[in-house]
Amino acid sequence: MTSPSPALQEARYTWGGDEFLFVEVAEGMSLAANFKVMSLAKNLADAGLDGIVDICPANASLLVRFDPDVLPPSSLESTVRDIERELIHDGELSLGTRIIEVPVWYDDPFTAEVAQRFREGFHQEPEGTDLDYAAKVNNLKDTAEFIQRHHEQPWLVSMVGFVAGLPFLFQLVDQDKQLQVPKYLSPRTDTPKLTVGHGGCFAAIYSVRGAGGYQMFGVAAAPIYDPAQSLADFKDFMVFFRPGDIVKFKPVSEAEYNAIQAQVEDGSYRYRQVPVTFELSKALADPEGYNQQLMEALNVI
Amino acid sequence: MSFEIKNPGLATTVQDQGRTGHYNVGIPQSGSMDQYSAELGNALVGNGPGDAVLECTYLGPVLVTDADAAVAVTGAPVEVKVNGETRPQWTRLQLKAGDELSFGTIQGGTRYYIAVQGGIDVPEVLGSRSTYLLGAIGGFQGRKLAAGDVVPVGGAGAGGAAVGQGSGLPEVDTVPEEFRPVFAKEQSVRIVLGLYDHRLTDAGRESLLTGEWKVTPVADRMGLRYSGPGVEWKEREQPFGAGSDPSNIVDAGYAVGSIQIPGGTQPIILHRDAVSGGGYAMVGTVISADMDLVARAAPGTTTHFVAVSQDEALVARKELAELKTKAWEALGARR
Repeated sequence: MTSPSPALQEARYTWGGDEFLFVEVAEGMSLAANFKVMSLAKNLADAGLDGIVDICPANASLLVRFDPDVLPPSSLESTVRDIERELIHDGELSLGTRIIEVPVWYDDPFTAEVAQRFREGFHQEPEGTDLDYAAKVNNLKDTAEFIQRHHEQPWLVSMVGFVAGLPFLFQLVDQDKQLQVPKYLSPRTDTPKLTVGHGGCFAAIYSVRGAGGYQMFGVAAAPIYDPAQSLADFKDFMVFFRPGDIVKFKPVSEAEYNAIQAQVEDGSYRYRQVPVTFELSKALADPEGYNQQLMEALNVI
Repeated sequence: MSFEIKNPGLATTVQDQGRTGHYNVGIPQSGSMDQYSAELGNALVGNGPGDAVLECTYLGPVLVTDADAAVAVTGAPVEVKVNGETRPQWTRLQLKAGDELSFGTIQGGTRYYIAVQGGIDVPEVLGSRSTYLLGAIGGFQGRKLAAGDVVPVGGAGAGGAAVGQGSGLPEVDTVPEEFRPVFAKEQSVRIVLGLYDHRLTDAGRESLLTGEWKVTPVADRMGLRYSGPGVEWKEREQPFGAGSDPSNIVDAGYAVGSIQIPGGTQPIILHRDAVSGGGYAMVGTVISADMDLVARAAPGTTTHFVAVSQDEALVARKELAELKTKAWEALGARR
């Protein structure tokens, strides 16, 4: 990856009215920028300041909501700036997280049906599928190669939000290998629940059915948002993903998809997941070698 | 006790002061859009400010109470009817078991509130009874009310906050005129410029602050869209991952109350059911004290954005808190 990283420069601090501090770590997306955001968020949470309401790490920026009646804006800003200075001096950044296998039925009939309803006026190339378009704009020979590239290297959950529980994912590969696909020309009014989508360099999994502008490549086989908290993976919280999670997509067939659906139905489904420590310097030095190491963790369970 | 919903109205939901602490996973604060009006409804019926109310949008519900109940309707001006007879708004009404509450046509604004002594008693989800429709959590089964729903009401004073003596009802049964909000066809909304306002050209910023903007019909609990002269973004080579339009940024967290202007055409103010993030640059944020004002704007409302400093925003915040305290005192209600 490129270095020196803009993420190591000082962040830009600005205010969202009287209740929000916005810290832009970098204008452009990079693993280093996201890592710095997550470190800022974690250290700020650890500082345990009274008056902090929400700490929202995003791809390359941090949003903090605070109660100015309890925590004056200037105190908050100086605390975050202190945390940032410490981070810049601390070269060795690592993150205790987990790697999760997420089964996906690529090129599925659910997203295909919805895509067909939003072609003319919505899509760049209405005559083909979203996958055809994605393969073409990435100069790949066919959709199979695109799908292969999509799942063979893992992704980092760089942000959770938009709507409840929706993860944005950034693939852990060099910038020149990032899959980039423009969003729809105009957003759809419908997207199937659990659609695996893509916009710009980000993948997303739609946690709920609704509007969306990302290209659609498949559906995840198991829930990622469960307000009823009926599955074991949701026992503690209704949202599955957290920023910093590492995701390995696993392609599944229709039969495997149906088998997982049956397990979800009878309440026995569990995601395959293992705790790992993610070290930024290793990921930057040799992304694919380091990814191999991370993915091997999944083989021991 | 409970309310039986005969007709749900257009979009009636259970709301309170909202839930915080989960915006980092995309769960918005929700809660009554016009907090001031909802709180004063609670004050009239002896509740605490955090008790849950019914938020009605344009067309209110028809409901029947199965027990005697003290209720109050506040917020946008609307004809309030008990068993078909007109009754005053901003006043406590004593309903008898079997009485029917219904509404005429809204005369301004967008939302009005039904507060009931004891509060709407649905289960709390993540610390709040507010409905978050997209995520299908909170409120009545995570959705807007439907005909046939039986909505539980808490026992008197069940809201957990201190209430007055005896009946729990405050001495005064009507909110004095001076404490009622105005639902005007023209508004000045105070904003703090910032976030990505440096990406606007000087002309663009000038247009935002001097232009006349009108609320479009595309306005709901998530946000309000405005039409007007548009603004100009600076051209630039877009950073990696940011999308191709100059109004695009690498997807970031959205402040509640922030103003984004996709493509430079129609500003959108995000409100209490905001999407928590996305790829459009924000140019400023409505001050916390004016969020209720924005919530009262009906489509067609002419709006001027007035830039203030963060210090001025904090003064306005304090003034609003003092106004609320005075209003509660005027009723003899205890917060």
